[in-house]
Amino acid sequence: MKFIKNIFDGIRPNFEEGGKFARYYKAFEAMETFAFVPGHVTHGGTHIKDAIDLKRTMFLVVIATVPALLFGMWNTGHQHFLALGEMSGLGDGLMDKFLFGAIKVLPIVIVSYVVGLGIEFGIAVAKNHSINEGYLVSGMLIPLIMPVEVPLWMVAVATAFAVVIGKEVFGGTGMNILNPALTARAFLFFAYPTKMSGNMVWVNTEGGQVVDGFSGETLLAQSIVSDTNYIDQAGQAYGSVSDTIFAAFMGWIPGSIGETSTLAILIGAAILLITGIGSWRIMLSFLLGGLSMSLLFNLWDHNAFMRVDPILQICMGGFMFGMVFMATDPVSAAQTNMGKWIYGFLAGFLGIMIRVFNPAYPEGVMMGILFMNVMAPLIDHYVIEANINRRLKRATVTA
Amino acid sequence: MSKTVKIRKGANINLVGIAECKTVQADLPKTFAIKPTEFHGIVPKMMLKEGAEVKVGTPIFHDKKNEHIKYVSPTAGVITEIVRGAKRKILEIRIQTASNQESEIIAKVDVNSIDRAKALEFLMNAGLWCFIKKRPYDIVADPMETPKAIFISGFDSAPLGVSYDYLLEGQEQNVQTGIDLVAKLTKGKVHFNINAGDSSFLSKLKNVEINRFDGPHPAGNVGIQIHHLDPINKGEVVWVINPQSVAIIGRLVNTGVSDFSKKIALVGSEVKEPCYINTWAGAAVSSIINGHVKDGDNRIIDGNVLSGTQVSSENYIGYTSTSVSVIPEGREPQFMGWIAPNFHKFSLSHSYFSWLMPGKKYSLNTNANGEDRAFVMSGQYEDLLPMDVYPVHLIKSIITNDIEKMETLGIYEVAPEDFALCEFACTSKTQVQEIIRKGLDTAIEELG
Repeated sequence: MKFIKNIFDGIRPNFEEGGKFARYYKAFEAMETFAFVPGHVTHGGTHIKDAIDLKRTMFLVVIATVPALLFGMWNTGHQHFLALGEMSGLGDGLMDKFLFGAIKVLPIVIVSYVVGLGIEFGIAVAKNHSINEGYLVSGMLIPLIMPVEVPLWMVAVATAFAVVIGKEVFGGTGMNILNPALTARAFLFFAYPTKMSGNMVWVNTEGGQVVDGFSGETLLAQSIVSDTNYIDQAGQAYGSVSDTIFAAFMGWIPGSIGETSTLAILIGAAILLITGIGSWRIMLSFLLGGLSMSLLFNLWDHNAFMRVDPILQICMGGFMFGMVFMATDPVSAAQTNMGKWIYGFLAGFLGIMIRVFNPAYPEGVMMGILFMNVMAPLIDHYVIEANINRRLKRATVTA
Repeated sequence: MSKTVKIRKGANINLVGIAECKTVQADLPKTFAIKPTEFHGIVPKMMLKEGAEVKVGTPIFHDKKNEHIKYVSPTAGVITEIVRGAKRKILEIRIQTASNQESEIIAKVDVNSIDRAKALEFLMNAGLWCFIKKRPYDIVADPMETPKAIFISGFDSAPLGVSYDYLLEGQEQNVQTGIDLVAKLTKGKVHFNINAGDSSFLSKLKNVEINRFDGPHPAGNVGIQIHHLDPINKGEVVWVINPQSVAIIGRLVNTGVSDFSKKIALVGSEVKEPCYINTWAGAAVSSIINGHVKDGDNRIIDGNVLSGTQVSSENYIGYTSTSVSVIPEGREPQFMGWIAPNFHKFSLSHSYFSWLMPGKKYSLNTNANGEDRAFVMSGQYEDLLPMDVYPVHLIKSIITNDIEKMETLGIYEVAPEDFALCEFACTSKTQVQEIIRKGLDTAIEELG
């Protein structure tokens, strides 16, 4: 690796003070520290430091999204061929489906990273601050919550909005109130609602004739009509609710790219929980919140959507993805342990509530999490007030 | 009544180079120094000039705010240099050692009959007052205040920590006498806190309340112990002192002869044979490490690897530290180090494999393992600070200089060393101890 080091050492003078590109030093620094963990030693404070840093943390989250990404690519192809009545068996044309999906999905990923990182680098250079690694994760999460048929320019606009308005105006990574990836998704939904919902965006049907009975609807849309009769993209009815739940758990259903497979998302969850990067408190309370609301709706029993089996309810749509990758964003979530329980529970609870009360939204979970992002500082405030009151009470008792 | 407190939060860091229970004698150093910067909160006012001859125990400077608090020479010789920094701040007073080590003779006192005023006077005149620190603020104690209790932590849970049982071997009587004297300073209790399994002479001390603590570092930090036994509220003061200092006080009471010899541990992966060394407070670092340390680019630390002070072989050790740690510097960049498996690296998080090898001992260097970043992760500090305090919020209140928040969030209860583990583990590499120190200094000014 000596020669890479030599390259950096060779061009460094250009970026240092007095060099031709001195104003781009932060960009150079980002590239260099990406290649090499710098030989900086501690000074003042602790003389030894834990091996973890933000790069590794963020990179591990990206790794956790990989199962959902790979499955999403295959599923994009699978749904496409299913709709066209080709290779409708799950095991048929594995590579064809995967390649088809990859060709559809990778451009979205690339647009998200290029636009997002471009803005981050630009702002870092302009403001002369180091480039934070937060966007490594956001850049992956944004494509995973997009419908496959989203135009690339919309991805670019949404990403720019999320990075600038969602994050940088607050001061950059660590300072944002809303989760940037969800901000991108919410922006698109409210700015271009017709392009982000309905029957046309979930499945690519180019280059062929769709089969009879193809609807392009997600399970969520079907739930409005009936909680028992679901059909797949080939127009075939699922045998029973448990068959539907199984399909939703495994993920061979239409939906946003990375959101469909509960199983793939749970593999990611396992990575986040074992490494301790994702908060188990938030994931567990979010799950409990969603299940409680679903059960309450079951009891209420006013319409078909309320009757949906709680397990199916949490396997559909973006609930699991929101639970594992969105609600757990440490910056926009509650920061105190008690706060995390409350925040997670309410986010899951409200997510299902909004989903069922207002099916016009493609997915209530996004709204539930964003709402709780806004509320998180308030929750923390009260948790901390309780701590302060404990301390004050102690003082008066002993005085 | 003695009680056992279970500490659940925190972590032990297993490092290579813990001291074996054997002691070598260091040579008498050619130079000594006393560093006023070690005694946070005082403003030194010189009593002697360069060229003055001193004995062991001769007062050299006093605190500008209280001329009775004297700081004395740890050796006999001649003051050769007063090293000053910015704004003429006194950094070091260097003393060339004389071959004849004469000591000041201090009037003996009877520890049983002495009253509080006399005990205070004795400690201040003998230059031993600097061993007593106060909480809140973690600064040298103010003799005008009366503490509600005195706390002594009888065990060291920090990485490569010393065994006080061995460190104070042969000093049992001095420790007891020292305790008897400091007990006169408070109307409340003297808490002596030991490790849960300790059955050494420390557990049999008299005139103190023995409390046991069971748990990982920072259970041995006196601040954590105070928080669990008798937390500090607004307006209250407690004093703290370490067992070695207690022994030095007791020795002077018993002998009447000024003597700053002490035993320290020489530890760390770059020490050839980690052991204990008989030396003196303020001794030249070179007199301690020469011949004991491996070649290479090393970091020498007066104190432990979490809260100690970086020194070089031209510097001097402090009055209160009980160890000198030597670890390798980590100036080598690592290619793609943030993504490599790195089996040799240690992390309290589970993002490296060290958590699967709990018994393994690590030889850690001084590499920062990453760059400074904004706060991103949450919950990290909370798991490492066994106090009912919200560390991140307290730190943010200090950064934003919100005095009222600092006060209500618990600034009175904390000391920088209690946050050392948080600083170690921080993903964003925040200088937590420095921030806490700044908060304490602000609080002294604003809240008094």
